Amino acid sequence: MKDTDTIQINEKDTLTYNGLHKAEAKNVNLFYKDFHALKNINLVVKPNTVTALIGPSGCGKSTFLRLFNRMNDLIDGVKITGDVMLEGRNVYGKDIIVDELRKSVGMVFQKPNPFPKSIFENVAYGLRVNGFNHKDKMEDIVERSLIQAALWDEVKDKLKKSAYELSGGQQQRLCIARALAIEPSLILMDEPASALDPLSTSKIEELIYDLKDKYTIIIVTHNMQQAGRVSDYTAFFYLGELIEFDKTKTMFINPQNVKTQNYITGRFG
Amino acid sequence: MSFINKRAKQKIAFSFFSLVSFTVVAILFVILGFIIIRGISVINWGFITKMPEEGMTKGGILPAIVGTLCLIAGSMIFAFPVGVLSAIYINEYLKENWLKKFMRSMTNNLAGIPSIVFGLFGMALFVDKLKFGDSILAGSLTLGLLALPVIIRTTEEALKSVPNDLRVGSYALGATKLQTIRRVVFPIASPNIITGLILSISRVSGETAPILFTVAAYFLPKLPHSMFDQAMALPYHLYVLTTSGTNMEASRPMAYGTAFVLIFIVLVANLLANAFRRYFGKKNKMN
Amino acid sequence: MKRKRLKIFEKAFGVVLFSSSTVTSLTVLFIIIFLFNEGIGLFNSTPVEQKYKFIVSNDNTVKELTSKQLKDIFNYDITNWKQVGGKNDSIILFTINDLSTYFTDDELGANFENLPSKINELIKKQPGILAYLSDKYVPSQLEGHVLPLTKITVKEFVTGKEWYPTSKPAPQFGVLPLILGTLWVSLGAILIALPLGLATAIFMAEVASQRLRNILKPIIELLAGIPSVVYGFFGLVVLVPLIQHLFNLPVGETALAGSIILGIMALPTIITVSEDALRTTPTSLKEASLALGATRWQTITRVTVPYARSGITAASILGIGRAVGETMAVLMVTGNAGVIPHTFLEPVRTIPATIAAELGEAPFGGLHFKALFALGILLFLITFIINTSVELIKTRKKS
Repeated sequence: MKDTDTIQINEKDTLTYNGLHKAEAKNVNLFYKDFHALKNINLVVKPNTVTALIGPSGCGKSTFLRLFNRMNDLIDGVKITGDVMLEGRNVYGKDIIVDELRKSVGMVFQKPNPFPKSIFENVAYGLRVNGFNHKDKMEDIVERSLIQAALWDEVKDKLKKSAYELSGGQQQRLCIARALAIEPSLILMDEPASALDPLSTSKIEELIYDLKDKYTIIIVTHNMQQAGRVSDYTAFFYLGELIEFDKTKTMFINPQNVKTQNYITGRFG
Repeated sequence: MSFINKRAKQKIAFSFFSLVSFTVVAILFVILGFIIIRGISVINWGFITKMPEEGMTKGGILPAIVGTLCLIAGSMIFAFPVGVLSAIYINEYLKENWLKKFMRSMTNNLAGIPSIVFGLFGMALFVDKLKFGDSILAGSLTLGLLALPVIIRTTEEALKSVPNDLRVGSYALGATKLQTIRRVVFPIASPNIITGLILSISRVSGETAPILFTVAAYFLPKLPHSMFDQAMALPYHLYVLTTSGTNMEASRPMAYGTAFVLIFIVLVANLLANAFRRYFGKKNKMN
Repeated sequence: MKRKRLKIFEKAFGVVLFSSSTVTSLTVLFIIIFLFNEGIGLFNSTPVEQKYKFIVSNDNTVKELTSKQLKDIFNYDITNWKQVGGKNDSIILFTINDLSTYFTDDELGANFENLPSKINELIKKQPGILAYLSDKYVPSQLEGHVLPLTKITVKEFVTGKEWYPTSKPAPQFGVLPLILGTLWVSLGAILIALPLGLATAIFMAEVASQRLRNILKPIIELLAGIPSVVYGFFGLVVLVPLIQHLFNLPVGETALAGSIILGIMALPTIITVSEDALRTTPTSLKEASLALGATRWQTITRVTVPYARSGITAASILGIGRAVGETMAVLMVTGNAGVIPHTFLEPVRTIPATIAAELGEAPFGGLHFKALFALGILLFLITFIINTSVELIKTRKKS
């Protein structure tokens, strides 16, 4: 988006990254007080790909995901070492303003969490809080975001209605539209379909596949079939460690690590 | 640029809000500090144990202290059992039906009635209709009714905080409802119930309006003997020293002393309640 | 066998529990009954002191007088019978104080034995007379008739502009100055307490660190526990002289002093209820807002506070309720004037303060006594409406 009224990190600043990796984790460790939750994670995320994080519950997948938009900052007693990079810049750098960072990283949560506002206002929220208030352009952006989220046809006549009148699956797509409206560089999805019925789930999966053209997505999922369906790369987490990271097809057909194999074949998890 | 404004706005807002909160704290300290500083010089053993002398410009406030103690005891003897039993009935025995909602709303209504209306009621019912006269009995009952909704509320909260799994487990072992309440629910809830009792005592000791026309006397030469006697009381004594009395200026130090005693009761009660909550809260968590 | 005994005991205990829980409902019921029993009596009474009568001549065509008319007559604002619907005749007032104007001591007799017959004479001589006499001096064969007064109406009570319950011979029971006084002081208190309280609640719920919160909470609880009379004492000893000095007033007892003290007293209620309401905002909504790049402040104003809107409204109304019902503190700092206030720098009287101040003086069961109970009914109704509104808000929020 070339509109001069919005602010994007990657437009204003000079970057020295080689354009190959959208996001990177280098020797990342995370501690919840004394608990060593993430152990020496090394991972790269290529642009316009979908990377899935899989593994049993409680293994650090969501914690890792939240590094990229610093949502872990909201928890007391969290300590992080190593580098978390977004487009060549360290996300935890001293010069980074947190809410600016979050504008370039969109997040979709496990349970749909639309605001108690109208459908239109939900999508427009991210624009408003960042100082963007041009009425006409906003309508365009809201429409475009809802189209990208495959929700426009269903809601175009009732934009003023409360978001709570939508079904669960529609609400989740609304949350995706809301995140898309601010044109993030990276989209983080934390088990976006786990609270939805199978029909809505497949709609979301289709959506993720379509979004890949424009956006880069990291998705946490406990559903391995889902990971197999939508992702290009998969990272297998177990007890805070990154056990294996590879192209999805490769990992599913020929996992290198015994633990990975056991998880994929359903021996535990 | 708009994002500078965003952050600046937040800084300004947060500083302003912390200033406001600090002001609220400062108000408390000013009020407490003022009374404590001016009152503490008056406090000595004589002040607490002597009767007022020379038109309340010298001596002590013993009758007021004794009166307040009697009223606390009287009101709690009535309100505590009735309140706790009511809360147990409403929370443990009643299903979620109209009766439960009705009783809860009645408790809320009673809680919202101004203290002077309690005074009017107490006078009409206890002093006049039941012919108790201006007495500790009438005053205690009136204060007890005032404290009742508070005790019911805090006891209900205490009971609600007991996890239901424990009740279910007890029933599964063949215990009756009453046994479960006695052996499981009540012991776990009791620290919070006691906290509620302490706070009610603090409340009752400071109330003036309910006792104005049911028990309070301006000056009594002797201490009360029976519950049918009138009594002096700390809050009424403070009121009287401040606004009437034969020699307001000279009585001022006594007034400060009385205010100090009242504040002291509130402070001690709050401290006790907090300590209770923390100590027993930990104990229950460890279990 | 033991099981059976246990069952009987449990049933008995259940009865005890049930009876205890009826106490609150019964109390509310009885309060209503007793208040109404005494207070409604006001509207069945005429504003004449017991055992006193108003006498007029038989030629007088006026059927009855209202309390206000009577007061005006005795103030010499009304001087002619035609002003109250009668003949064109000057009103001649006669009370016990006027005895010496008309009669000598000898005429009356040592114990006023001749007074009743003298009254009859006087009535014949002065047909425009309006005599106010104790029953014992009314002649048994009256050459005139007793003038009834209209009963006090609810409208008179609620809209009457004058509260002079002890004035003789025509006490006035208009509560408008008291209602207005209550409103002024309470609204002033809310104007102070609501912004301060809400800001503090937001600070405690969203901005302050856990440690700060743990320090603030007990302080607020302490503020809530200070008795009303202590606040009144502080107000009288510190605030009132301060106001007197600052604004150069004859007395510092003003509505302003009342509002400030009441505002401080209402703060803890507003703070704790608002803080609880703010805490109910789901974390997921706050996270969603932050994840979109909003600052914490933007999240507070756009998500958290709007979500807690009904709780905050409930808090404000509860604060108002607390302010309206306060007795002692207000009594001690707002002065004693039962007149309609025009500025904040005047003394004022609220309804609860009036009841507290005057009940001790009112003769038991008399007119003033009933009027104070009627005030009690009014106060009860106001606080009942306030509490019911809060309940309605809470139930509406749940759905």
